[in-house]
Amino acid sequence: MSAARFSARFYVAAGIVAAVLLFGLVAPLVFRTHQVGDVVGGLYDHPSAHAWLGTDNLGHDVFTNLMYGTRTSLLIGLVAGAIATLLGVAVGTLAGYRGGAVEEGLMGFTNVILAIPSIVVLVLISIALGTRSTLTLAVVLAVTSWPWTARAVRAQASSVRTREHLDVARLSGAGTFSLICYDVVPYMLSYICMAFVLQVSGAVLNEAALSMLGLGPSGGVSLGIMLHWALAWESVRTGAWWAFVPPTLLLTLLAFALLMLQSSLDELFNPRLRRHARRRRTARPAALPLPVERPVPEGAAE
Amino acid sequence: MSLPRYLGRKAAWYLGALLVAILLNFLLPRLIPGNPVDTIVSSLSRGGVEGSQLHAIHAHYVHEFGLDKPLWQQFVVYLGHLAHGDLGVSFAQSPATVQGLIGQALPWSIALQLPAILLGWLVGNVLGALAAYRGGWFDRGAFLGSLFTSSMPYYCVAILLLYLLAVVIPVLPPSGGYSFGNSPELSAAFVSDALTHYWLPFLSLVIVFVGGQAVGMRSMAVYELGSDYVNYDRGLGLRDRTIIRYIFRNAMLPQVTGLALSIGTLVGGALITEIVFSYPGVGTLLFTAISQNDYPVVTGLTLLIAVAVLVANFCVEIAYGIIDPRIRASSRGER
Repeated sequence: MSAARFSARFYVAAGIVAAVLLFGLVAPLVFRTHQVGDVVGGLYDHPSAHAWLGTDNLGHDVFTNLMYGTRTSLLIGLVAGAIATLLGVAVGTLAGYRGGAVEEGLMGFTNVILAIPSIVVLVLISIALGTRSTLTLAVVLAVTSWPWTARAVRAQASSVRTREHLDVARLSGAGTFSLICYDVVPYMLSYICMAFVLQVSGAVLNEAALSMLGLGPSGGVSLGIMLHWALAWESVRTGAWWAFVPPTLLLTLLAFALLMLQSSLDELFNPRLRRHARRRRTARPAALPLPVERPVPEGAAE
Repeated sequence: MSLPRYLGRKAAWYLGALLVAILLNFLLPRLIPGNPVDTIVSSLSRGGVEGSQLHAIHAHYVHEFGLDKPLWQQFVVYLGHLAHGDLGVSFAQSPATVQGLIGQALPWSIALQLPAILLGWLVGNVLGALAAYRGGWFDRGAFLGSLFTSSMPYYCVAILLLYLLAVVIPVLPPSGGYSFGNSPELSAAFVSDALTHYWLPFLSLVIVFVGGQAVGMRSMAVYELGSDYVNYDRGLGLRDRTIIRYIFRNAMLPQVTGLALSIGTLVGGALITEIVFSYPGVGTLLFTAISQNDYPVVTGLTLLIAVAVLVANFCVEIAYGIIDPRIRASSRGER
């Protein structure tokens, strides 16, 4: 692969993600006229100079809710995505690198979890927990979503295992742990990067789905919780668009941008997916990344 | 690996997954902090349930959970109930059994989801193959469009469609599976009424599913287009139509697995779609059960969903094993 050239799609996607991140993390520090939970009007007041996006069913400012909701959703997405990626990479690398009985056992376990629909496990765990903090919910989401990554990483790791630089490293006396950290994982970083992006988008969407079922983080506001109340109080059917359009659009935009980011990274890392590479395919790079298994974003889920 | 061995192995494997699903359904509700019965009953009393009803529920649940018995014995009792199709009695709608409630809701969900899955899968694959083959603007438009709809969460599509087609331009009814005052029966009037309520939730499921399948099919077909047999076909001067057919067949196989994997996602997505439209299926039932702390109904539904998805995946994998002998060979390594 020559010098990395980012496509226009990458810049658009990265721009949208950055904008949403900015909105969730910085906007609450800038716009401080209202706080979460302040009653600023009546039931579904129209947007006005006082409340830019109107009020929700409890008379809370929708714009304020949107800022803090985005922050909660992003926080859950990032934490859950990081934990899930970490778990998936650990299990996948260990299975792929060690092979044999370790691989059989770990992958058997992974596939069993993969077969059970995650929404079922999410609902059951959420009910068992009773009250759920933002962080707990992130951990729960991560626990149900790592198997995708583990399965794909295992395939990559078992192909990296056969490469020659590993023999060299082994001959120079490197231990298993150092081999995995310095000689296996760096070769899969491009994939791990994409997996993380997908995990984040999956976690954000799953959080919203759980919240809409009524199992969201207790005592806070997230994009999903905003939708939950908007639906429960019939804002869609009464035409109070300001209560449900902003969170819907934000979720859609974020999910779309993350998926686009992933797919443009995919094209960057995997030359086979590039169209112009097809025309000049006389010189194929020797060690291509494996075709990536495309995890279905759970729109429970996804 | 021979076909019977492949089938046997898959069957054993899915039975294992089923057992895990049942175990989760059994164990997790028992993890509710403190004594589950007390927690349930106290939360019900806050919800305004009468005293005599509370006593009945308490007694029922001490018996149901068999709290004095060891855990493994409770599990055996649980399995025995399951084997008889007995999922317990609903808290919120007390005399009604869980299996009765589910039985009312299930036909609606199946009638909504099965056609949506099949149609979406077919249309999505054709669109993806065409996009990859045509290239240019058609590809760019179709790909970005598919990527957009497939990345849109099911419920977002549902909410926007509901707002646009039932509130802004009121051409379709906004909620329910049939008009208020109409009761489910097999008459022409009811069926046509149910059909007008069917379109919105159906459309919102199909749109997302088409997008997801098209994206997958396109990348498979782009990959196939670069392969040697296509260059050879071109050299032979075969017609485009013939080449497309070859590509379609080859790129199709992974899409069958894609179907199996996305069934679980679609069922989850359809649950929320039903809530948006107040469609009288299992999604809405789950929603009301959660809001009423109706644990027997919730666990009954999660078990049903888990079993349904496992069975569907099992069927697809079996079909796949029969269609493609290479899978049986490679599954030795991959499981």
